[in-house]
Amino acid sequence: MNLLELHQQPGVYLVLAAFLMGAGIYGFLRRRTLIGMLISGEIIFAAASLNLMVMNRFFAPDPAVGQVFVLFIMGLAAAEVAIALSIIIAVYRNYRSIGSRELTGLKG
Amino acid sequence: MNATFPFSEYLVTAVFALAAGTTIAGALIAVMTTRIIRSVGGLMITCLGLAGLYYFLHSPFLALMEILIYVGAVCITIVFGVMLSEPDEPAEPRRLTRTLRSAAAALVAVLVGLGLAYLSLQGPWPTAAAGAAPADGSVAAIGRALLTTYSLPFELISIVLLLAILGALVIARGGRHRAEPEAGPARRPAAVSNPGTTPQIEPAGADPVPELVTTDSR
Repeated sequence: MNLLELHQQPGVYLVLAAFLMGAGIYGFLRRRTLIGMLISGEIIFAAASLNLMVMNRFFAPDPAVGQVFVLFIMGLAAAEVAIALSIIIAVYRNYRSIGSRELTGLKG
Repeated sequence: MNATFPFSEYLVTAVFALAAGTTIAGALIAVMTTRIIRSVGGLMITCLGLAGLYYFLHSPFLALMEILIYVGAVCITIVFGVMLSEPDEPAEPRRLTRTLRSAAAALVAVLVGLGLAYLSLQGPWPTAAAGAAPADGSVAAIGRALLTTYSLPFELISIVLLLAILGALVIARGGRHRAEPEAGPARRPAAVSNPGTTPQIEPAGADPVPELVTTDSR
């Protein structure tokens, strides 16, 4: 593996995506507030997007499909962040906290 | 980059290493810090590095979109969420429990990451198509694909975005009037974990209430 052609090796990107996935899982398990978990989820999204882009660049015959897919992922992530933040703010109004440990009450 | 500029290969490799290092450092900052606002900053750094990686993957349009959407919209929205709530993690009373949990989370994350890395390095990828695909990451190709092949998901995602806007408005407005403000302290058994914030909450919560609760039946 030539060090100068590092940016043309798919393994580098794949390992980087795996690292992002691991970091996101670590944050998702370790964070105890909802916003921290949301941020870790965004990192997992980024890992999936990077993986799709690598597959598209190196292994797929159609070069546009991966980019379209990643665009859809970005749109869905934006929608998800908007919904999740509004839920988080509603939770904070009710509980005065967004710690995931304290969300214990159910209504109904 | 065929030797039109001196050391252009080294420059390309250096820029790639910068992008990869930025991604790694940003992800580590995002998951390792205790203050949430620094974590948001780490997410921004990660997205900047990812934009560089997308550029190396022959799609400058997605690099631009990554910066525009993630750094410009998602992170700013999360910053607004941080400002509107109180996101810092309460200090856990027992250090041993916290250390054990962090160790368990790190173990799971390292196992998953190493497993994925091993699988992706050992996988029998079809390398025949590596050089065959033309590096056509142009905006024209993406636009043509969006409006012909993927027109149905394109329209569906616009509906999803519209519903997300409406849903966010409905959810964020729904809890504005506090139905039972006197039940607030009683419902908070974990207030012992953050005793410094407890006396500030009551006047802060009582002040903006009158103009908000005027529509209430109270």
